[in-house]
Amino acid sequence: MENGKPNREDVCPGKKLDRAAVERQLQEAKGPEYWRSLEELAGSPEFQDMLHREFPKGASEWLDSVSRRGFLQLMGASLAMAGMTGCTKMPLQEIVPYVRQPEQVIPGVPTYYASAFTLSGYANPLLVESHLGRPTKIEGNNQHPASLGGTDVFAQASILGMYDPDRSQAITHLGDVAPWAEFVKETKGSLTVQKALGGAGIRILTQTISSPTLKDRMRAFLAMYPKAKWHVYEPANRDNVFEGAKLAFGEPVETRYDLSKANVIVSLDADFLSAGFPGNVRYIRDFARKRNPDAEMNRLYVIESTPSATGAKADHRLPLRAVEIEGFARVLAPALGVNIGGAASSGEHTKFVESVIEDLQKNEGACVIIAGDHQPRAVHALVHAMNMALGNIGKTVICTDPVDANPVNQTESLRDLVSDMRAGNVDLLVIMGGNPAYDAPADLGFSDCLRNSKVALRIYHGLYENETAEHCHWSVNEAHYLEAWSDGRAYDGTVSVVQPLIAPLYSGKSAHEMLSTLMGVSDASGYDIVRGYWQKQHTSADFEAWWRKTLNDGFVEGSAYTPKAVSLKPLSLPAVASPPANSLEVNLRHDPSVYDGQFANNGWLQELPKPMSKLTWDNAVLIGPKMADREGIRTMDVVTLELGGRKVTGPVWIQAGHPDHSVTVHLGYGRRKAGRAGTGAGFDAYALRTTNALWFAAGGKVTKTGDHYQLASTQGYQSMDTGDGATRPLVREATLEEYRKDPKFAKADEPPAALTLYPGFDYKKSPDAWGMTIDLNACVGCNNCIIACQSENNIAVVGKEQVVKGRHMHWIRVDAYYQGDRDDPKAHFQPVPCMQCENAPCELVCPVGATVHSSEGLNDMVYNRCIGTRYCSNNCPYKVRRFNFLLFQDWDTPQYKLMRNPDVSVRSRGVMEKCTYCIQRITQHRIDAETAAVRENRPFKIEDGSLQTACQQSCPADAIVFGNINDPDSRVAKLKAHDRNYGLLADLNTRPRTTYLAEIRNPNPELEA
Amino acid sequence: MPDHLDEVKVANERAPVIEPGHTFATVTDKISSIVLTRPTSMGWVVGFGACFLATMMLLYALGYLFLRGVGIWGINIPIGWGFAIVNFVWWIGIGHAGTLISAILLLLRQSWRNSINRFAEAMTLFAVACAGVFPGVHTGRPWLDYWMFPYPNTMQYWPQFRSPLMWDVFAVSTYFTVSLMFWFIGLIPDLATLRDRAENKYARMIYGLLAMGWRGSARHWARYETAYLLLAGLATPLVLSVHTVVSFDFAVGIVSGWHTTIFPPYFVAGAIYSGFAMVLMLAIPIRKIYGLEDFITDRHLQNSAKVMLATGWIVAYGYAIEAFTGWYSGNRYDASLLWNRLHGPYAFWYYMLLLCNIATPQLLWIRKMRTSPLWLFLLSFVILVGMWLERFVIVVLSLTRDFLTSSWGMYYPTGWDWMTFMGTIGMFLMAMFLFVRILPMISIFEMRTLLPEAEVKPE
Amino acid sequence: MKTLPVYGTMAEFASANDLVAAARRTHEAGYRKIDAYSPFPVEELADAIGFHRNHVPLVTLIGAITGGLGGYLMQYWIAVISYPVNVGGRPYHSWPAFIIVTFEMTILFGAIAAVFGMLALNGLPMPYHPVFNVPRFALASKDRFFLIVFATDPKYDAKGTRQFLEGLNARSISEVPG
Repeated sequence: MENGKPNREDVCPGKKLDRAAVERQLQEAKGPEYWRSLEELAGSPEFQDMLHREFPKGASEWLDSVSRRGFLQLMGASLAMAGMTGCTKMPLQEIVPYVRQPEQVIPGVPTYYASAFTLSGYANPLLVESHLGRPTKIEGNNQHPASLGGTDVFAQASILGMYDPDRSQAITHLGDVAPWAEFVKETKGSLTVQKALGGAGIRILTQTISSPTLKDRMRAFLAMYPKAKWHVYEPANRDNVFEGAKLAFGEPVETRYDLSKANVIVSLDADFLSAGFPGNVRYIRDFARKRNPDAEMNRLYVIESTPSATGAKADHRLPLRAVEIEGFARVLAPALGVNIGGAASSGEHTKFVESVIEDLQKNEGACVIIAGDHQPRAVHALVHAMNMALGNIGKTVICTDPVDANPVNQTESLRDLVSDMRAGNVDLLVIMGGNPAYDAPADLGFSDCLRNSKVALRIYHGLYENETAEHCHWSVNEAHYLEAWSDGRAYDGTVSVVQPLIAPLYSGKSAHEMLSTLMGVSDASGYDIVRGYWQKQHTSADFEAWWRKTLNDGFVEGSAYTPKAVSLKPLSLPAVASPPANSLEVNLRHDPSVYDGQFANNGWLQELPKPMSKLTWDNAVLIGPKMADREGIRTMDVVTLELGGRKVTGPVWIQAGHPDHSVTVHLGYGRRKAGRAGTGAGFDAYALRTTNALWFAAGGKVTKTGDHYQLASTQGYQSMDTGDGATRPLVREATLEEYRKDPKFAKADEPPAALTLYPGFDYKKSPDAWGMTIDLNACVGCNNCIIACQSENNIAVVGKEQVVKGRHMHWIRVDAYYQGDRDDPKAHFQPVPCMQCENAPCELVCPVGATVHSSEGLNDMVYNRCIGTRYCSNNCPYKVRRFNFLLFQDWDTPQYKLMRNPDVSVRSRGVMEKCTYCIQRITQHRIDAETAAVRENRPFKIEDGSLQTACQQSCPADAIVFGNINDPDSRVAKLKAHDRNYGLLADLNTRPRTTYLAEIRNPNPELEA
Repeated sequence: MPDHLDEVKVANERAPVIEPGHTFATVTDKISSIVLTRPTSMGWVVGFGACFLATMMLLYALGYLFLRGVGIWGINIPIGWGFAIVNFVWWIGIGHAGTLISAILLLLRQSWRNSINRFAEAMTLFAVACAGVFPGVHTGRPWLDYWMFPYPNTMQYWPQFRSPLMWDVFAVSTYFTVSLMFWFIGLIPDLATLRDRAENKYARMIYGLLAMGWRGSARHWARYETAYLLLAGLATPLVLSVHTVVSFDFAVGIVSGWHTTIFPPYFVAGAIYSGFAMVLMLAIPIRKIYGLEDFITDRHLQNSAKVMLATGWIVAYGYAIEAFTGWYSGNRYDASLLWNRLHGPYAFWYYMLLLCNIATPQLLWIRKMRTSPLWLFLLSFVILVGMWLERFVIVVLSLTRDFLTSSWGMYYPTGWDWMTFMGTIGMFLMAMFLFVRILPMISIFEMRTLLPEAEVKPE
Repeated sequence: MKTLPVYGTMAEFASANDLVAAARRTHEAGYRKIDAYSPFPVEELADAIGFHRNHVPLVTLIGAITGGLGGYLMQYWIAVISYPVNVGGRPYHSWPAFIIVTFEMTILFGAIAAVFGMLALNGLPMPYHPVFNVPRFALASKDRFFLIVFATDPKYDAKGTRQFLEGLNARSISEVPG
């Protein structure tokens, strides 16, 4: 058996399933069928092929081609030594610790500082853990209204971004390192010329800015150079939102939603539960709270053009091509009493529409309709009108001033800039952040324009020497947000002050410092600028106290925007001719892992499985099963995707539930100059993006090239259905009625406690017995726990080749299963950490006792004792153990040494590792509790809730609850007593300490028929 | 021992264990001359050279393994065990025939064993040595393997005796030690013979040292025979226990396809099955090359063939029961495992295994097959392949699809896996080449006892 | 040349039969310090020269018992006394799991005792022995059979013993120099 690799015929002799057969099998199958990626259904040849291609031939290991990670190791040491000198210096300015006084840092005792991470202008409030002046972990700020303790993956992973050895580390002029003074001199020269012209030749291009300080400085700058222009461009911009608002209300208002009051939620292609959607962290929390089946449970309708986490949580999901959604809105609106001028054609899906309408009208003022950012302005206008008609405005929908400091139409703004550059009206171009040369709409030709333009002085200020910096004369290295002072507004307008945790590693400049340099003050410190601005705002005498409190809390009390009274303008929406049903639509979306491409060099995010496809290290052309059948395309076939004469080629991933005649491509890949991790990963879909179709357009064309491309999915087999036709009860779910009828439905096959030859251990004796529950009803599969765990526990990045081999190291993973009709399946998310079984099968088989049980019921892993037989992993039914098959950990790159959590040992080659319930946190809290107990001379107790695991702390949905199950009053003990509580594979009598709360759906009875 | 006489008499209806007309002298000369006087043939040199190169390849593969880690192999999560363990079980199985022939057949007074036990034992030793390579190197940190031995240490830390791997450590090392002693004890009188007959001074000195001054005293023989019988008595339960313990590695595990009570008997039978196959694969060419048809007669081939037929059926029964319980138990995991074996991605190899281990060996019902060396040689090869596949199916296939469907995976061995496997085969054959060259491959003194003149008439 | 002390007198025989007969007669004749050599084990011989006390089984038994007890106690001490730790919820004294190692230790020590006991009782290794001085004794490992009466035997006198042995149709008689 050459390479032990069965060839096609061998795979399933005499049993070649085509999709039709698969379909038939599905119709016949009883109960819910699950799978995650369709090829695998019943071992169809497609899937077999995929499997075979998923694993490289033995030969590929012969000389273990340098993987991204390997490269990371090799190159690491040489870089950034310069930066190291200042690395553990505390910032000079006074910053205020969140928890403890900063007078002196106590070694081994972390301090926490409030700060904020800004994505596309929206600030995400954070607490940053610091060890001896080194930021090591991002946590949510549980006092901040926009966070309540949760974070999203981008914020979590931003810590790796700061320590990224590929960051631009010096000021360069035409590629050569140059001193700051020289840069200042040259800009001064050009500025003095401009002074005379009133700055007519000055253009500043920024990303979306919400920083009040920066806005103020910009104004000042523009006052100084009245003819200068400030352009804004962000690839993931919200032009449609503001245009839609203008259409509806005559002004660009920001809309935010209060889901805690919404009984019915209708999403028109809005993925509001996923990272990247402003306010998603808070929305997830409110949504999850309203998911409680024991109280008044909300109902979610999702009409979406590409499968998303939001769609996965929907009680009713309607896959529609993006181009058809406006039509759907036009059907919905009149029924809700909105006059849209043009004739409202009552289209298909009537039954669905009627039940939606009924539900909405039953819940006037307690429902909400949300439109997706990429839907055209008309849809937004219609949605505003409908929310108005339903009396939601001011209740579940709140309109405020825009968070964006300069809410212009960014596409137009960039267009103007390009035409000015072409016309030669630009002498000094300052690009602050962003990467327009890579992510500007293709039809603008910004990149060429920048390269060939006659702009005398082009300055780029950013974190990386990227595609844009390459075409500028000067590249000034920007200070990471953890290195610099700033401020910003959260989705609700609340102002957060961004505190630095560490002096700039490479003495980079913040945007504030950069701007003030342009205004002639080259040595201003960000601290003075930010503090100065707020001193002007807060003139009262108690400023010091106020400032201190603000830094301490991480936000300005009561700075959230107040609701704005809005009045609907009469809508006159010209009827749009929706394209023919069979014309292929191409959707362009920001990527769930690398967003618009700015995180391309972040190894954690690159290796983070995308919520729905579980793909890593690549983007793909997502197509629906129907289309795959029709075109005879298989997963990992390479296709050419054509749109308006523009072409890209990329591999296909068949995505369950994707609408037919439509493909989705994620932006942000195919970077030329990203760094060791990002360069070359995936393909660049911006090549298809044009100003008139930023998000989607019909008229695309897909053709097979005949090539194949290896994609790295972290789940080889993607189904709860086993070949023999059975379905395993891994995720247990019921509808609300079923649950009310039979509350204990999830308790199937729990073995009796007495079912053992051996007397079990008595954990009641120990003061603490740790346990965890994960609420599958709350989990929205946002993956945040994965990154939080990776950051907390120093988990290595292994690189694509190793992921393909099935060797990724995540201690907690989020399994996603699909159920039912593959063209419109229900998806389930199931986070799986170590179950900490009381009868741990892994422990029994370890010959050297490297994994044993603690008195508190933890399944401890003794790394130093492990000799790596891997028997424990074989015997682990949950397969949560991870093995260092090679030297995965990067021991050389100095930056990573700074970043690691000193409380967690860094595992080396040949050692097994797994989730420990964050034992370092448990120990820390035990020590604190004991000290306190001794000091106050009272019995020792770790307060419930004070101790949180990393995954729990940052879970926006509050789905993970951890605590002492010996304490009957603890939250976790109560949840374990709950009817919905069940143990995964409990029938094996492993007695897992981690248990799940079964999933409940709340479908509309009328649509259930 | 009158039965020897009959055997010689009834030579024509039943193949004898030793052709008539031999005397103490001829037996002695014939066997010892292979070692002492026969010139080293070109064929031997070439064969040995090839196997030596294969052994070097093994060392190279292991060197790179220690340098980079077990990641150079095809293993992953969920398939934590691949070729290394498959090969380990396969070799250990092969290593069962020797002791079985020497010990059990001795106790059963199956005198025909006398002419094949010596090299069968040698084969056992080398096979167990090859097996021993794998558990040693397959760990993530092989330089710490000694932690599996219970020795007092500063860590105040001890092995964990509930783990089947610990049982393995003890079972395999005991088996190797006992087999080695058994083999060497059996050699002593023959070493004395070589000592007394060697022309070459150094040869005489070395054989003399090894013979430890054996002079065939009646007292010595008496104690010797007792000790030999006792060893046989001890080795018999041992040989049965070794593969039982190996099967515990899986039977104790929770994985479907591992967690089975039928494993111990079915592993032991499989071991004997493959062991005899290997014995035949060695005996057939050796007796041809060294003209030993007089001593290793068709009788031996036939008996071995019958043993294979019998054990083959036990193995078949094992498969049947596995399949039956998979279906009858109603256990959802066993059921889907059964389905995977029959229809899953590795189904082809499962069918191959049935073909090699069950279908083909049925040819042995035909007498012609049992007596034709060529056919026996080919069948033995098929069986050895089949038994390897059986271990692959048990170890790997069971792991590819276990409890959580989200964690299912596939396993593909790499070039390094193959190099290591082939390397051990080379090492095994190299050892055999050395053995036949420098030691009597047939027990001379036990052959003498088979001769009619060895018989003492009561007065 | 007869000046050296004599170790004994050795007779050579052609077959196991003759040797056994001769040995028996010699023993009956009252010789006690005698020995017989054969190229393969001849059951009757030991009896013929009056050798009956064979201690190998006892040694083996002691070895086996030591191994078994030692094996179990080692595991018990390790798992219960020296390093008690909760492994997979099993009790410290998981006796069923300890059986196998106990068994293996029994076999191992029994076998070692049998082998080394046998060698020790036989006084091996002993590379030099006076009988090797008899040139024809080399055939003792091929096809000849020998009987020796040691000079230490009280009944031994060079002449008489030689004549006695000649009476046992020995093929040849030789004196073994000490």
